[in-house]
Amino acid sequence: MILLREVSPLGGERTDVRIDGSAIAEIGVNLDAAGAQVIEGHGMILLPGLVDLHTHLREPGREDTETVATGSAAAALGGFTAVHAMANTNPVADNAEIVDLVHKLGEQAGLVDVRPVGAVSKGLAGEQLAEIGSMARSAAGVRVFSDDGRCVSDARLMRRALEYVKPFDAVIAQHAQDPRLADHGACAHEGELSGRLGLPGWPGVAEESVIARDVMLAAHTGSRLHVCHVSTAGSVEVLRWAKARGIDVTAEVTPHHLLLTCELLTGYDPIFKVNPPLRPEPDVQALRAGLADGTIDAVATDHAPHAPHDKDHAFADAAFGMLGLQTALGVVIETMVRTGALDWAGLADRMSVRPAAIGRLRGHGRPIAVGEPANLTLLDPAVDWLVDPAGLASIASNTPFAGRRLPGQVRATFLRGRPTVLDGTLGEPAGERGAR
Amino acid sequence: MKHLLSAADLTAETAGQLLDTAEQMDAIQAREVKKLPALRGRTVVNLFFEDSTRTRSSFEIAGKWLSADVINVSAKGSSVSKGESLRDTALTVAALGVDALVVRHNASGAVQRVADWVGCHVINAGDGTHEHPTQALLDAFTLRRHVGELAGRHVVIVGDLAHSRVARSNVLLLRTLGAEVTLVAPPTLMPAGVAGWNCQTSWDLDATLAGKVAGDVDAVMMLRVQRERMGGAGSGRAGEVGYFPTEREYALGYGLSPDRLALLPDRAPVLHPGPMNRGLEISSAAADGDRSVVLDQVRAGVAVRMAVLYHVVAGAPETAPAGLIEVSA
Repeated sequence: MILLREVSPLGGERTDVRIDGSAIAEIGVNLDAAGAQVIEGHGMILLPGLVDLHTHLREPGREDTETVATGSAAAALGGFTAVHAMANTNPVADNAEIVDLVHKLGEQAGLVDVRPVGAVSKGLAGEQLAEIGSMARSAAGVRVFSDDGRCVSDARLMRRALEYVKPFDAVIAQHAQDPRLADHGACAHEGELSGRLGLPGWPGVAEESVIARDVMLAAHTGSRLHVCHVSTAGSVEVLRWAKARGIDVTAEVTPHHLLLTCELLTGYDPIFKVNPPLRPEPDVQALRAGLADGTIDAVATDHAPHAPHDKDHAFADAAFGMLGLQTALGVVIETMVRTGALDWAGLADRMSVRPAAIGRLRGHGRPIAVGEPANLTLLDPAVDWLVDPAGLASIASNTPFAGRRLPGQVRATFLRGRPTVLDGTLGEPAGERGAR
Repeated sequence: MKHLLSAADLTAETAGQLLDTAEQMDAIQAREVKKLPALRGRTVVNLFFEDSTRTRSSFEIAGKWLSADVINVSAKGSSVSKGESLRDTALTVAALGVDALVVRHNASGAVQRVADWVGCHVINAGDGTHEHPTQALLDAFTLRRHVGELAGRHVVIVGDLAHSRVARSNVLLLRTLGAEVTLVAPPTLMPAGVAGWNCQTSWDLDATLAGKVAGDVDAVMMLRVQRERMGGAGSGRAGEVGYFPTEREYALGYGLSPDRLALLPDRAPVLHPGPMNRGLEISSAAADGDRSVVLDQVRAGVAVRMAVLYHVVAGAPETAPAGLIEVSA
C-alpha cells in the first residue's frame, strides 16, 4: 500500500491519494498512513501515467542502440506508463510473431506497457498489406498500424489499409511524406536556410499534400486515420479543416518540433537531423497553437536512438532521429505549460488521455479517481534539470537537448500501483512477477 | 585564419589581403624555378571524397610550389558505403601528422564537420552543393585583373544555381567585395529562398545581359549544367523528372550563344569554372572568344590556393612580408 501525501492531481487542490494493489483506493485529505509506504508530495503534480504513441525501441535488430528494456527504463523515468513501439525493426514487425516478441520483451522488462505497432505493408515496402488481422488478433493485440519511417504513398494501398483495419477498431498512423516531393535524401526544411546551406530540401508541402489526401480517404472510407509527427502550419490547417468536417482523424506532434527550429542546422550537426525536419519558428508557433486548441491531439516522442557511428557523418549521410522519452515532459512543460497554452489537465489530456484513446489502450489515460488503475506520474514542477546525454537511460545518447535545462522532474511513476520510478530513480523492474 | 570553410568567413579586408598575396604568388609562374620555401617541412593532405581533377591538381601544385609535402588521399566511397564514419576517416588521416587538410566532399557541411573534429587546419575544396570558397577567390582574382576593383561592378551568374557551390561562394564573396550580382536561371534551378541572398535574380538571360534587369553588365559567369539533372531520355536517369525539358531548350534559354555574347559590353569577361559543356551552357564562340578568361581562372587557381595555404598554414601576417617572393636555393 502506498500513500501519496499532499499531491496535486492535475494541478488542483492538494490531497492524499492511497494506492492499494494496482488501483487507486482512496482520495482525500489527511488519509490514514498506517501500514502504507508514504511518499511526501509537498504539492507536486499528479498526472495520469503518460502514453507515447511513437517510439523506436530498436529491438529486434539494433540492440546496440536501444532494447525494449532500456527504452522501457527511459520511458518510466520520463513519466510514461505505456509506449507504442514502431514497426521498423529488423526483422520488421509485419507479422504476429514479431509483435508478440516485442510485447513479451515489454512484459519481461516490466516498467511500462509496451504496445507494438504493426507494419501497414509487408516489409514496409509499401506494396502489399502486412498481416494486419493476425497482428490485431495476436497476444499483443495490435491496434496501431504504421509504416513509420516511410510513407504509405500509394493511394490504393492507403485506402485498402484504412478499410481493412475497421473490424479491429485499429488506426493507420501515417508518416506523411510524399517521396516524390521529399525523397530519402531530403534532410532540411526547404527554405532560405536549406538553400544557403546547400542541403537537400524537405518542403512542407510534401507532408501537407499527403495529409490532405489521407483525410479525404478517411472520409471516403469512414475509417480512422492518425497523422504522425505533424511539423508544419499548413498541416495544422488541413487537420483543422478535416476535423471541422467531422472526419475521424487524429494527429501528434513531437516535443522537438514544439521547441527547436531549423536554424539549429547552421552548424551541420546531425544531432539535429530528424524526419520530418525541424521547421522555422512560425511553424513551431502554429504547432503549439494546434496542440493547445486540440487540432493536434497528442504529443508523441518519435524517440529514435542512434549509435554515434550512425551520426558521425556529413549531415546528409547521417541517420535521422533523436531521443525523446526522458525529455518529452520537460519540453512540453516549457513550451506549453509555462507559456500558459495548456494547464496541467490539458497536458494530461495531450500526453495521456488522448494518446491512450487513439491507441485503444485500456487502463491508461484514465481519470485520477477511486477504483481507477494506478497508472500515475508524480512530477515536481519546481525543479529544473540539466540534460546530460550520458545520464539518460537509453543506450544511445543522441539527444538534441544536451546542455539545456528543462523544467519538471519526474519523482515517481506507478504502473498499476507499482513504483517503476521512485525518488527520480528506477524502481525494481519486477515485471509481471507481481506488485509488491 | 585557422580554417577556410566558407566565403562568408572572409571580410573584405581579409579577402583583399588574400588576393594581394595571390598577386605575388602569381608572379612566380613566370619564373623558371617555381618554388618558394614558405611551407617547407609542412604536410598538406588533399583529402578528396569526390572525384576532382582540376581542383585537386591546383591545390597539389600550389602546395608543392610552396615547398610543402603534399599527399593526395582519395577517400571516395570510404565513408558511409564502406561502413567507416566520416569522423573516423578524418581523424585517421589527421593522425598521420598533417598540418592541413584540403577537403572535398559530396555532402554539404562535411568539411565543417571535419574541421570540428581534427586539430589541424582545414581548407574547403568544395562541399556538396554548399560552398567552394577558393573558387570564389580565384574568380574574384580573375575579375579584378580584367575589370579592376570589384566594388560597384555588376557580375551575372547563370546556370544551375540550386546545386552550385560555386554560385554560393561567389555571391557571398562578390557581395563582400561590394560587387552587384544578378543570378539567372530557370525557376527550377533557383535555390530555395534565393530572395534572401542579397542579390538580384532573373529568369531572363537576354534582358539581363542587355542591362534591362539590373543595369549594365561588367562580367558574366556561366555555370556548368550537369546533364544528369535533365529529365527523360539522355539523362541516364529514366523515369526521373528533370529540372528542364531538353538540352536544346536549355541552350536556347540560358546558353551563352554568339548572339548573347554580342549583347555584352566589349570589355566584359566571360568566366566558367569548368568543365564546360560546349553547346549547352556555353557556345564555342564564347568559350574560345577573346572575352573568355577560362584559362586565366585556372592559372589564378594556383596563385590563390598558394595564398590560402600560406595564410592558413603558415599563419601569415596580415600582409605578405617583403622578400616572400624569393626563389629558394
